[in-house]
Amino acid sequence: MPELVTPVVERAPPGAWRELWRAYAQSRGALVGLAVVVALIVLALTADVVSPHPPNEQYRDFTLTPPAWQAGGTTRFLLGTDPVGRDILSRLIHGTRLSLAIGFISVAIAVLFGITFGLLAGYARGLAETVIMRVTDVLLALPSLLLAIAMMAILGPGLANAMYAIAIVLLPHYVRLTRAAVIAEARRDYVTSSRVAGAGPLRLMVMTILPNCLAPLIVQATLGFSNAILDAAALGFLGLGAQPPTPEWGSMLASALEFIQRAPWVVTFPGLAILITVLAFNLMGDGLRDALDPKLKR
Amino acid sequence: MFAFVLRRLALLVPTFIGVTLIAFALIHLIPGDPVENISGERGMDPARRARLLHEFGLDRSLPVQYGDYLAHVVRGDLGVSLTTHEPVLSEFATLFPATVELASFALVFAVLLGLPAGMLAALKRNTVADYAVMGVSLTGYSMPIFWWALLLILLFSVQLGWTPVSGRIAVQYDVPAATGFMLVDTLRAGDLAAFRSALSHLVLPMIALGTIPLAVIARMTRSAMLEVLREEYIRAARAKGLSFARVVVVHALRNALIPVITVIGLQVGLLLSGAILTETIFSWPGIGNWLIHGVQSRDYPVVQGGILLVAAIVITVNLIVDLLYGVVNPRIRHA
Repeated sequence: MPELVTPVVERAPPGAWRELWRAYAQSRGALVGLAVVVALIVLALTADVVSPHPPNEQYRDFTLTPPAWQAGGTTRFLLGTDPVGRDILSRLIHGTRLSLAIGFISVAIAVLFGITFGLLAGYARGLAETVIMRVTDVLLALPSLLLAIAMMAILGPGLANAMYAIAIVLLPHYVRLTRAAVIAEARRDYVTSSRVAGAGPLRLMVMTILPNCLAPLIVQATLGFSNAILDAAALGFLGLGAQPPTPEWGSMLASALEFIQRAPWVVTFPGLAILITVLAFNLMGDGLRDALDPKLKR
Repeated sequence: MFAFVLRRLALLVPTFIGVTLIAFALIHLIPGDPVENISGERGMDPARRARLLHEFGLDRSLPVQYGDYLAHVVRGDLGVSLTTHEPVLSEFATLFPATVELASFALVFAVLLGLPAGMLAALKRNTVADYAVMGVSLTGYSMPIFWWALLLILLFSVQLGWTPVSGRIAVQYDVPAATGFMLVDTLRAGDLAAFRSALSHLVLPMIALGTIPLAVIARMTRSAMLEVLREEYIRAARAKGLSFARVVVVHALRNALIPVITVIGLQVGLLLSGAILTETIFSWPGIGNWLIHGVQSRDYPVVQGGILLVAAIVITVNLIVDLLYGVVNPRIRHA
């Protein structure tokens, strides 16, 4: 008698990445955000090739040329020129590189130290936790821009110092998130079983617990990008961040303020660049949050 | 409730001590010392330098200096501005009402528009109205406010000529400063033209500063409303035959307001951050403008004292919000 075997079709369950992508792609806003972010990254990487002019080249005969579509504009300078005749489009493209670098470096520093302190506080508890959490309380008591300005008063103006200052401003959020996640995870059975199997504290913290705390950290890091870019632009605008002639969006805006009535484009486009970039990262962050943590879905 | 208040107050002490440590460290982390700043590039003979260091108390150990600093702070002595030679505390007290006036109008603007917008979005979920509110609030949330302020000036002051570009009141009005709140002072003086001038100076900064809180409040109201509308007690209230409007206002809104109040409280820090930029652009004579000038002119007593005072205010407001939260939501008190 032939055996009655129903052939089992082996279908692998969708992988974690695939599932994440499917959840993420459900939101149209999140997709738009991702597309813009990818485009910005490409622009930043190819800035030297894509921009029509060198960012600091001064075309003295073309100062304050309006954008191409306005009377007096020329296609040679698509978005017009600034008060010393530099091509605004080229400066904006190079500014993309700066803004993304500021976002990436300050968020990376904040995440690295935030995870370290958060793991320590959540795993070791006791005195270490008290000290770390009180320090984050103090940092959170100061409004973010004020804290950044205070740091800049100590460090002195400049782009690199602005990144450190912003990293310090972002830090407490990652400490708090990591600690909360670690405390929640440390009680779970898999952690106990790993400990019983002989895993040391370092292995428990970094290899066992940390990977399960990553979801909220990834979301916060994406949103941290937009905060970092906004704060860096604000510092640049106040004259405390990037210094001229660096084509940083905030300082571009500040250096053209007196021409706002005569040549609105010198102020309009850098601001628009900041808005679009920050908006894209916020859309991405919202999308990631909804995809990674269905509980938080709004 | 009393124990709850005490517990919160106890938590405040270490935070405040931490802030004084930051403010103290600020002066000591800056490269160079005050004596060096006085002597400038030319240098100074060592004996005079030692005498000055002693005079400023800078030759003592750091803990002693910190104790001394704390003793001064407790007595309300925050030092003297290097540029104006006025006491830092009295400068702050003079300028603070201007910032409070601006920030409170911005907050009222944000709440008055944000709450109804968020409710509308929640009640008309997935309609054009919802998408419009959420799109606008996401844009507002991502807005660099110094740029937004400039756009407002370009449109309303330069193009349309409706509002003045900067300042708190037109120069021709001389209003005796009684409370420091321009709108109150002009009314007390009975000068309606001056009042109108002050009001027109306030509109643009208010919108610029209120935009981000507005976006945050609208988003929070929407999500809190959506959550509450799913609850069983809403269905029960509807089943009882109550009108939809009554259920929304009495049952849903009241519960949705609990997280929204926290968010509104959290805006105070954001408002003070934003005030630094807004005041700079509109030349608004408040503490944000004062602090930035302090940083730019290396007036360290001003920066140190200003940071300390702003932090103290934010901590206090957060405490009030916490307590208010306990009043609105009795469940918290016993947690």
